[in-house]
Amino acid sequence: MSQQTNAAQMTGAKMVVQALKDQGVEVVFGYPGGAVLPIYDELFQQNEIRHILVRHEQGATHMAEGYARSTGKPGVVLVTSGPGATNAVTGLTDALMDSIPLVVISGQVPTFLIGTDGFQEADTVGITRPCTKNNWLVKDPDNLAETIHQAFHVATTGRPGPVLVDIPKDVQFADGTYTPPQKAKVDHYQPRVKGDIAAITALVELIEQAERPVFYTGGGVINSGPAACQLLCELADSTGFPVTSTLMGLGAYPASGKNWLGMLGMHGLYEANMAMHDCDLMINVGARFDDRITGRVNAFSPHSTKAHIDIDPSSVNKVIRVDLPIIGDVGHVLEDLLRIWKSRGRKTNKEGLAKWRSQIEEWKAVNCLAYKGSDSIIKPQYAMQRLEALTKGRDRYITTEVGQHQMWAAQFLHFDAPNRWMTSGGLGTMGYGLPASIGVQVAHPDALVINVAGEASWLMNMQEMGTAVQFRAPVKQFILNNERLGMVRQWQQLLHGERYSHSWSESLPDFVKLAEAFGCKGIKVDHPDQLDDAIMEMINYDGPVIFDCLVEKHENCLPMIPSGNAHNDMLLPSDDVRAITGAGAALV
Amino acid sequence: MSPLHIQQGSSKHSAYDLRDPNSEVLERHTLAVIVANEPGVLARVIGLFSGRGYNIESLTVAETDHKGHRSRITIVTVGTPQVIEQIKAQLGRIVPVHEVHDLTVEGASVERELALLKVEGKGDARIEALRLAEIFRANVVDSTLESFVFEMTGAPSKIDAFADLMRPLGLCEIARTGVAALARGGAA
Ligand SMILES: Cc1cc2nc3c(=O)[nH]c(=O)nc-3n(C[C@H](O)[C@H](O)[C@H](O)COP(=O)(O)OP(=O)(O)OC[C@H]3O[C@@H](n4cnc5c(N)ncnc54)[C@H](O)[C@@H]3O)c2cc1C
Ligand SMILES: Cc1ncc(C[n+]2csc(CCOP(=O)(O)OP(=O)(O)O)c2C)c(N)n1
Repeated sequence: MSQQTNAAQMTGAKMVVQALKDQGVEVVFGYPGGAVLPIYDELFQQNEIRHILVRHEQGATHMAEGYARSTGKPGVVLVTSGPGATNAVTGLTDALMDSIPLVVISGQVPTFLIGTDGFQEADTVGITRPCTKNNWLVKDPDNLAETIHQAFHVATTGRPGPVLVDIPKDVQFADGTYTPPQKAKVDHYQPRVKGDIAAITALVELIEQAERPVFYTGGGVINSGPAACQLLCELADSTGFPVTSTLMGLGAYPASGKNWLGMLGMHGLYEANMAMHDCDLMINVGARFDDRITGRVNAFSPHSTKAHIDIDPSSVNKVIRVDLPIIGDVGHVLEDLLRIWKSRGRKTNKEGLAKWRSQIEEWKAVNCLAYKGSDSIIKPQYAMQRLEALTKGRDRYITTEVGQHQMWAAQFLHFDAPNRWMTSGGLGTMGYGLPASIGVQVAHPDALVINVAGEASWLMNMQEMGTAVQFRAPVKQFILNNERLGMVRQWQQLLHGERYSHSWSESLPDFVKLAEAFGCKGIKVDHPDQLDDAIMEMINYDGPVIFDCLVEKHENCLPMIPSGNAHNDMLLPSDDVRAITGAGAALV
Repeated sequence: MSPLHIQQGSSKHSAYDLRDPNSEVLERHTLAVIVANEPGVLARVIGLFSGRGYNIESLTVAETDHKGHRSRITIVTVGTPQVIEQIKAQLGRIVPVHEVHDLTVEGASVERELALLKVEGKGDARIEALRLAEIFRANVVDSTLESFVFEMTGAPSKIDAFADLMRPLGLCEIARTGVAALARGGAA
């Protein structure tokens, strides 16, 4: 195949499709328009690449993100010029924040119209420059194939991220020479993956002595791949060090593992946050000290030596000064780390660790996820617990929208493997979950894919139910319907004197009828006694389901570290909910 | 880094170069950024500074290697040591950026700027302007009966000093190129 295409002459549009095939692309999420018609014409005349017709270009980008996060492969999007490209901006920004590899191909007005305010012209490379890892406007068909190959290389190498290739319509029509992937120049962009051995050895020394160590792991472990996750498990289990993870890293270390502390951060577990605060050695593996994690920076883990493994030098010392930076890929660094630690006799400070473990057990006993149950109203936490119990052990993937439900999902659903938890962490994009679930389902047609949603977020991209039905993606939309913008309501309760300014969902659709209108199944449940049967009905239905789960309207998501507080100053379920005042009130 | 026995500079990566980590003192650094000469690179570099709230005191750019498609951007910036480290790391991860050099910490360097200054005046002021220009080794590149255009090259501080002296003598316009800088000594 590649022999035959060497130095082949073809149109730009054909090159696009050829380049995608040569990159191993199986599916493209897209939406046609004038400036990409030549590419659509080429798609029509082949069968290797599947095209999923979305209902809105934002949906395409989130589908591609779900596809990418659940497979480790880049997600590919095809959009037209102008509004097609601007609609993709939210997804590009989301992918940039969460380090998700996306390749977006956009049509552009012909080169001779660029700059004339032509029909559906937008400065796409200008608009997307700050929300892509790199982007290109291709003006010469001879450069087109090479640029696409470079785009794939950049999206997937080093810290992954979204890229965009903007292709004017005349370039799609023009003939040029196709460059196969092997001939494309990519040597300049090769971030270093091996860590500094001296630094890794220094970390081994710290590991040997630490009395109160903790692994603080993040999305970088997932980015690094399943082998890196395996190494993390081996390291944690052979040292016996406890592991906590960010929202983005859930599943890298199994939730059933004996060293699992649970998620940390603003809505993380008490034991995880206390361990971070009191540790003497913090080993950050592929996490970026986000402000949801650190709380007040000058009170963050005051007594620890901090090591940070990260592939991106700009993540190091950005927010928190660390003592021992190790620049490299998680998988490569952990491999060296394990080898050196083993060769030096697998030493740990057994006495110190035993004390540390009993301290952690005390924190666990606080039972920070406790909530008041109810016989008559479905508590959102209860719904999550039942969903977990009834789907555990299945081939299950979870996506979420953004809000309280997202945090309850993170707290109550357990992940024993990576790439099974897709959520918008950095940008916090409401409307992410439904399209993301479709992207996941497209990649894993036989799996059980559930989007845990809030009703407000879900409405933001609900048009994509049409996509789910058309492409027979049996995604389950599990809506925790509190008829409130719950997370906003919670902040207004705590920070704004219970003045609930515009934070309720009015004129909601009848979700069961809506499901029927889309040609799928709707299930509504409002009593705890019916919940299990309803969930089973959802799971067993062969097709997309909108599950309207009416829950307690005013439940708060706890525990919570109010912005501006230290880790050891959390709001717990047992506390009377108190107003947040002072400097923290100005933070987000 | 001492407690961990990691040699300073044990890696080329800026993250290892932890000078005076907690200093809040503002430092001025001159950075030389070697980039692929392709469209949009300058916009990316400038967008980084505006998007993340860093300062640009001066910025110059021109192609320096036509065959290799390389341009050199010289940026003078001000920030705390932590911010300077971030700027370098952020520049370094821009895909078409090939090299980032901090000339302020990588040993001695020379910095020069070119300025054109238009001075209008008659009589004594005009004579005084010409006399000072000689002392500062500024060249006259244009003259009318009532004006001079001086050209001068030097460190930015020298240009500042000259401009201050010319102001009362009729300085009416000034054009400056911004700083160009190179490390001293042989090839790096
Ligand atoms: C409503 C809401 C509430 C939230 N509350 C919380 C909360 O309570 N707790 C929480 O944890 N998060 C929370 N988040 C998410 C939070 O905003 C951040 O997205 C998240 O904490 C960042 O995760 P991370 O540090 O793992 O970084 P990521 O964004 O996943 O970044 C990964 C890091 O790893 C590095 N990396 C990438 N690939 C590699 C590799 N191969 N090798 C080495 N390094 C690599 C990257 O350079 C980067 O530094 C919340 C989000 C929302 C929307
Ligand atoms: C696109 C977008 N707009 C606004 C916000 C701010 N925001 C964060 S959570 C939230 C409320 C979400 O409500 P819902 O989806 O019903 O979830 P709940 O919190 O009730 O579980 C809002 C408005 C956001 N994250 N994204």
